[in-house]
Formats: sequence, structure tokens, C-alpha cells
Amino acid sequence: MPTVTMTVNGRQVSGEVEPRTLLVEFLREGLGLTGTHVGCDTSQCGCCVVHVDGKSVKSCTMLAVQADGAEVTTIEGLAADGQLHPLQQAFHENHGLQCGFCTPGMIMSSLELLQRNPDPTEAEVREWLEGNLCRCTGYHNIVKSILAAAAAMRGTAQAAE
Amino acid sequence: MAEKGIGAAVPRKEDHRFVTGHGRYTDDINLPNQTHAVFVRSPHAHARITRIDKESALAVPGVIAVFTGADAQADGLGSLICGWMVRSRDGSDMKAAPHPVLAVDRVRYVGDPVAVVIAETLQQARDGAEALEVEYEELPAVTSVDRAHDGPLVHDDVPNNLIYDWELGDAAAVDAAFAKAARVVTQEHVQNRLVPNALEPRAAIGSYDAGSEEFTLYLTSQNPHVHRLVMSAFVAVAPEHKLRVVAPDVGGGFGSKIFIYNEECVVTWASRKIGGRPVKWREERSEAFLCDCHGRDHVTKAELALDAEGNFLALRVTTKANLGAYMSTFSSAVPTYLYATLLAGQYRTPAIYANVRAYYTNTTPVDAYRGAGRPEASFLLETLIDKAAREMGIDRAEIRRRNFIPKDAFPYQTPVALTYDTGDYEATLDRALELADYKGFPARKAEAERRGKLRGIGISCYIEACGIAPSQVAISLGAGVGLWESARIRCTHTGKVQVLTGAHSHGQGHETTFSQLVAEKLGVPYEDVEVIHGDTASTPIGMGTYGSRSLAVGGEAIMRACDKIIAKGAKIAAHLLEASEADIEFEAGVFRVKGTDKQKTIQEVIFTAYVPASYPEGVEPGMDESAFFDPPNFTYPAGTYVCEVEVDPETGTVSIETFVAVDDFGRVINPMVVEGQVHGGLAQGIGQALLEGAVYDDSGQLLTGSYMDYCMPRADDLPSFEVHTSPGTPTATNSMGVKGCGEAGAIGAPAAVINALTDAIGQRVEMPATPERVWRAIRTSSMPQAAE
Ligand code: FES
Ligand code: FES
Repeated sequence: MPTVTMTVNGRQVSGEVEPRTLLVEFLREGLGLTGTHVGCDTSQCGCCVVHVDGKSVKSCTMLAVQADGAEVTTIEGLAADGQLHPLQQAFHENHGLQCGFCTPGMIMSSLELLQRNPDPTEAEVREWLEGNLCRCTGYHNIVKSILAAAAAMRGTAQAAE
Repeated sequence: MAEKGIGAAVPRKEDHRFVTGHGRYTDDINLPNQTHAVFVRSPHAHARITRIDKESALAVPGVIAVFTGADAQADGLGSLICGWMVRSRDGSDMKAAPHPVLAVDRVRYVGDPVAVVIAETLQQARDGAEALEVEYEELPAVTSVDRAHDGPLVHDDVPNNLIYDWELGDAAAVDAAFAKAARVVTQEHVQNRLVPNALEPRAAIGSYDAGSEEFTLYLTSQNPHVHRLVMSAFVAVAPEHKLRVVAPDVGGGFGSKIFIYNEECVVTWASRKIGGRPVKWREERSEAFLCDCHGRDHVTKAELALDAEGNFLALRVTTKANLGAYMSTFSSAVPTYLYATLLAGQYRTPAIYANVRAYYTNTTPVDAYRGAGRPEASFLLETLIDKAAREMGIDRAEIRRRNFIPKDAFPYQTPVALTYDTGDYEATLDRALELADYKGFPARKAEAERRGKLRGIGISCYIEACGIAPSQVAISLGAGVGLWESARIRCTHTGKVQVLTGAHSHGQGHETTFSQLVAEKLGVPYEDVEVIHGDTASTPIGMGTYGSRSLAVGGEAIMRACDKIIAKGAKIAAHLLEASEADIEFEAGVFRVKGTDKQKTIQEVIFTAYVPASYPEGVEPGMDESAFFDPPNFTYPAGTYVCEVEVDPETGTVSIETFVAVDDFGRVINPMVVEGQVHGGLAQGIGQALLEGAVYDDSGQLLTGSYMDYCMPRADDLPSFEVHTSPGTPTATNSMGVKGCGEAGAIGAPAAVINALTDAIGQRVEMPATPERVWRAIRTSSMPQAAE
């Protein structure tokens, strides 16, 4: 069995995997990082989104061996020193989650949006979320959360300037 | 209003674990030494099983065991049940055919489980399932309810596939009203079949401890105690007291996780068969499409009789309901007691008659899905009323207003068995029309026309019935269980409060809302309250969460348990303060001797109850009280939804421009949570109207079996919603005045959308109103004009 080594949430990890093991399976079963969820088998729900080398990726569509040597961030690695990331904070404050199952993927996906576009419009947010399903919230408060996080992050960025 | 008390939009307690990835869903749990199960399912809609060769799978490395229906039967496992007895109009019982946990001899829908393969790893179990040789002899199948009556028999001893032929209402009075009506408006429509699609797939881990002879089942359940009851009393997996069911974090349910399914019974039983190693199963999404109960699927004819002024005189409804291949847990009640009883809507229609025939077909079982019966009733009424208004040239808001039950007529007895508690339908209609700028619509329509777009506005005045009650009445109508709820308030030495509830939260935010209730009621800090649910080992026996009942029923049980805490606390405080109990008053967490400043905090009193240094005679130590609440009636939330759409006649695409919801939920505990519930319901209702529909081909294959083919609402299909909860008309059914809000959106939205679409294009399109259907409708309706 091949061995993979990668940095997950800042920590170097390695493990033996079958060639067919998906990244999401390695994260969940191999590393016990169960915050990344599996909601479908056709790569459409987005519950499994993580960041690989800074880009959002559906971890159910990537083999673990493909992430060999990569820098992976999962939802568990987003809060720095116990301090919620502005997206996590905004989802909480704006009731952007109900059952929470889609939430890790929603947050990890919208993180890339805000990295690319710090000031998106509502329509841009809705379009970006094309690859993420939520059955609970009707997306209303998810969109609101992402816009609120964007504003908060811009505020922090400005203050830092 | 306290900062975190009743009425405050408190951000949720449960969020932290979810936003940081520390939720604990069933599939996140791994037990030591566990094995993995994969089910082998029928690829045919209807077939005889002629041979199963277990050896073919057992030869696969890692495979531990293969079990079939014959094994389950030999072990005495019973049938899954439908727990609500509905009787036909001739008095006969519904025809509930056996539903084995693994198919025996015959399979009846694509996905019907035939065998389970258990292996060391999931991959090995998959390989084993792949290798299992099963031979079938195909039989003719029936999938549509329209063909069920004369179709091949799904169960040999159920003639015409007819489960029941049920009626409600006064047929003679309805006939008489139709005879003298100035106008009769008729409509035939389809209630499209929906797939619930909670984003967390179902999962189960069964384990058996040979030492204690106890079974533990981790499960995606909305009602762990109901699972335990059915699995012990009917399926005979384990005695009830030896079975612990734990529903940890559950990723949405919408009804689909109420039901007792084959798989959880099988993995629990199988764990003992293989010597007690835990057996874990998680469905694939493609299995969820095939095996989680679907919703709706009716074909209906409805007729409304009116006088010349547009007053409703009578309503006559004939519905055929597709219940699928087997009767699921509550399936019988959905197209009957949760549907026909709601046909009065918000109106004073004096005579109503409904006839419902339920059929077996070779499709996935159909049961309650968000709204369950009530969306079907609401859609029927609200689209039919629009048709009447159009045909009679009456404004659509006006015809509703003319027929509303007036606000001084409550409690109001409808002709279809229910007594509405409270309501003010004009108030919600007026507010919704104002917020939607109904008056300004013609100008917006004209403006859209200039851009080549067709714009329409639609109104839907829905009614919901929450928290089926009282138990005695429900049982007399066929319910197999009581529909009360339970709560236990356990105070600790240090004055913290644990709330153990029989309700279950799978996204509704009970940990927050119930904490708000208790914090305000007992006057303790919100942070000092902990809500515990979902484990039969720790929570009192309860009926779980469905039918928008958690707060109206479960919340009231909590309030009553708190009352007992306060009553006992008053005795202890009186003793400590050397006063008579009658002189003690309780407010904001403090027991005080009336008119004095002599007082004890509730924390001091609780401490005394556990460390009774000085204690009243005859009073038990401890502060731990339970209550059960059986409501005297349903509650009846209602409201008006106004939807405005724009249609592109070139492509048939419908875009929702605005959606206004005004709901009367009675008193609101946490407006933020309540609005969130409405948003989610609206999305599902809009999904039903425009996007979602399960389609079978004639051979019984599900053509919409993945997210590639079944159109789930996505963020860019939906607008931002304008949701308002009106001050409302609090109910007297519970002490809080709350009515329930979980299903309203899904109930009221479909008709609002379809009415808007009909208004835009001039004719009603069946749901889901896909671009293709809309485009065709526009073409056919414009053809004759073109030919003129
Ligand atoms: S699990 Fe659904 S997209 Fe990855
Ligand atoms: S919060 Fe439940 S699926 Fe999004």
C-alpha cells in the first residue's frame, strides 16, 4: 500500500492508504477529522470541501495519493488559537446553519470566495455556492453570513493597514 | 425581555461545535472492533427471488457474514409496521401487507433490501455485496397511482392494490350545496413525488454486549424512543429495556428520519449474530434516493361550489395517494388525517367532503415529508380558489377575504373534524399584501412586459396544524401511540439545570430555545442550562420531533416540570425563611416572603434540597422533577405568502423576484430561529413548485436517483426572503402561547409560486414547473392566438 505524507492543519501526517482511498476517507477514517462530511456520491453536495494548497477542493473527488505532499486545511484547522475565523463567527451570529451538516463545506468553500473577492455582491455569493447544497436554511442566512464575514474581514484588513 | 430570555434572538448554543467541525453525527462514530455492512438491493421493481448464493460473497476476503430474509425470518424477526390504523368507508381495516426487514421470496421496489454483507472493512463489504449472486424472475410492475387499481398486484392478497378507501365529511350536504351553486370550479392536479434529501445520509451502528445482553444502536433518528418501541414490540430485535437507541447530532430529517427502516433493525440484530462485534452502515446518496421514504405523490380532483358573490358553498375532493411498495411507519395518516382535515383552510366553507384512496405501487414507500398532508391540502385549496377568482373576475385577495373565518369566530369548528384555536387571517393577509406592494403590481408587470418578460403575482393563505393531539382523540382515529411529550428538569448541587427532553433536535436549535425558556422560567442564567436529548438511556420516554411539535408539546412539558421545581422550591424557601408557604412568591430566580426583603435565590434553595441541613418535614430531598404534557388540541399557525415571479417566454425559466411571508405562530421564543425555520421550509416549497420531482419509468426504475437528475434548490435558484412573524394570536393550548413553525414554509410556498406563475402565463402548469413545461405551456396557450 502506498504511504502518503501531507500537512493537515499545520501538522505533518503520514499514513498507508489503498490507491483507491479518497482524500475524504483518509481525513475522516485515517486522521479522525470528522468535520469534513460526505453527503453524496456524485460530487455535488459540497459537504466535503477542504482546502488543498490554498484552493477549495471537494475531498470526495480527490484521491489521498493525489494530496501527497500537499498542504491541507479542514474545518478543524480554521480557528486560530481558539479564536473563531470571521466566517465561523458570522455563521454563528447570522444563524447560517441549522443541522450543521453542510456547514464545514459551506465555510471552506466561501473562504476561497472571500480570498478571491473580498467584497462580493449577494448574486456573486449565490453563484459561488453553486457547488454546495444546504437542505435546512434556504441559503438566506448562509448568504447573509458570508456577506457579514466579508465585511468583517475587510474591516480587519483596513484596520491593519 | 431578558437578554437571553423569551423573545430574544439569541445566537445558538449548538453552533460552536458545528462551525468548528466538532459535531458528532452517527457516521463520525467508530466503535472498537466494528464491522461494516453493505446491503444488496433489488435492481428490479418487482421480481421473484429464485436463488441467493451466499458462498459467492463469503468467498470474498474480509467478508464475515451474509444474511438474507430467510435468516431473519428463521430468527423470528417480525415485520415493520404502519402505526396508524385507517379504516375504509365500509368499515374494513386498511390492508397492511407484511414488510420484512430483508425481502423474502419477492422484491417490490428498486432498492428493496435482499441481503446484508458484513465485512472487516467497508471496501470488503462492498466487494462482497458486488460478488453476491442473486437470481430474479422479473414480474410486471406498476409505478403510477393512476394505473394502480388495475395494475399487477404488489401484494397478492391486496386486491386492486387498494390499501384503503377512506372518506371524511358530509357527502349529502356537499351534494346539496353543489346542486344550488351559481358556479362550480373544477381542477385536476398532481402532487409531485419528492425525495426528502436531508443532507446527512442515514446511518446506523448496532452493537450487542453478550455480558449484559444489551443492544446499543447509534442512529440518524428524529425519535429514538419510537424506534426503540417499534424495534422491540413489533420487529422483536430486542426487548425494549435491553435496547438503547442514541440519536447523536442528526443532519436534518424533514420527516425522513422518523420512520423505522429495515437497515437499523438488521444491523442491530446482525451484531448479535456475529458474536457482538458492532455493525456499522451508512447509506450512499444513491441509496438514500431509493430507500429513504419519499413524500407527496397524489393525483387529485377538486371541485369548489360558489354562490354568485364568490362565497364558498362546498368543496368536494377525490384523491388517489401512492404509498409505495410497503406501508411505512406513519404513511396511512398522511393523506387522511393530516390532509383532508385541513381542507377548510382559512375559510368558512360550510360543507366539505373528501374521498381518499391509497394504493400500493412498485415504488419506494411514501410517508411524511415536511408538511405531510398539509402542503397537499393547502396547494389544492389555494390554487382552486385562484381559479375561481379568475373565472369569476374577482380579485384574488378579495375572494379570500370574503371567505375568511372572521377573527371573532374562534374557537372555530370546521366541517372536517378540527377545531381551530385562534387566528386573524385578515391581519396576516393585509400585512403581506402591504409588504409585497400588491397595489403596485400592475406597474411592475407593465415594466416587465416592456423588457419582454411575463410577470405574475401569487397569494397563498395557508393553515397548518401542529402537534397532533390530544392522544385520546388521535388513538380513537387509529394512532398506535400517544402523542404527548415528556421532560425532566434535573438541578445540580451548584444550581445548574439539566433539561432532559423527549423531543429531538436535528437542526431546530432546541438547545438554545429550550434554554431560553428555562432560563426565563426559573430565573437562572441561560449559560447554566443544558439541554440533553436523543439518548433513550438518559432522556425520559418521549415521542420525538416531527409535525412542528417540539415547542408546543415538548416545550410545555418543560414548563410544567419547571412549575414543579418552583412549587417544591417554595416549600423549602418557606422553611428557610420561617414563613408560611402561602406567603412565598417566586420571581426572576428569587423566592421572597411577600412584602418583605427576606429572600432566598433558587440556587440556595436547590443547594438546600441536596444538602438539607435544615429542611421542611415531609419534603423529599433533591430537585429533580418530570412532567408529561398531552395537549388538549392541535395548534393552528397560519399566514399569507406572496410570491412574485418573472418568466422568460423564450426559455420558460421562472425567476422568483420577491417572496414575502407573514406568519402567525403565536408567541415567538427566538425570532431568529423561527425565521430560519421558515426560510428552510420556503426553499423546500419552492423546490417542490419549480424544481423537484421523483420520476419513475414504467418498469419502475427511478430516473431521478442522484443530484445530477433530481433538482435540489441551490443558492442561485432562490431569492432572499422577506419573512415576518406577526404579533399573532397566541394559542391557549399551551401556557407559552406558541404554535409551531417548522413546516409552514413548505406548506404555504408551493401554491404561492404556482399562483404567481399562472398569473404570469395564463395557465397552471403541473409541479415541478420546469422551464420545459413552462415553455410548452406558453407555446400552446399562444398558438391559437397566433393562428387567429
Ligand atoms: S461528498 Fe458530496 S460533493 Fe463531496
Ligand atoms: S444546515 Fe442542514 S444542510 Fe445546511
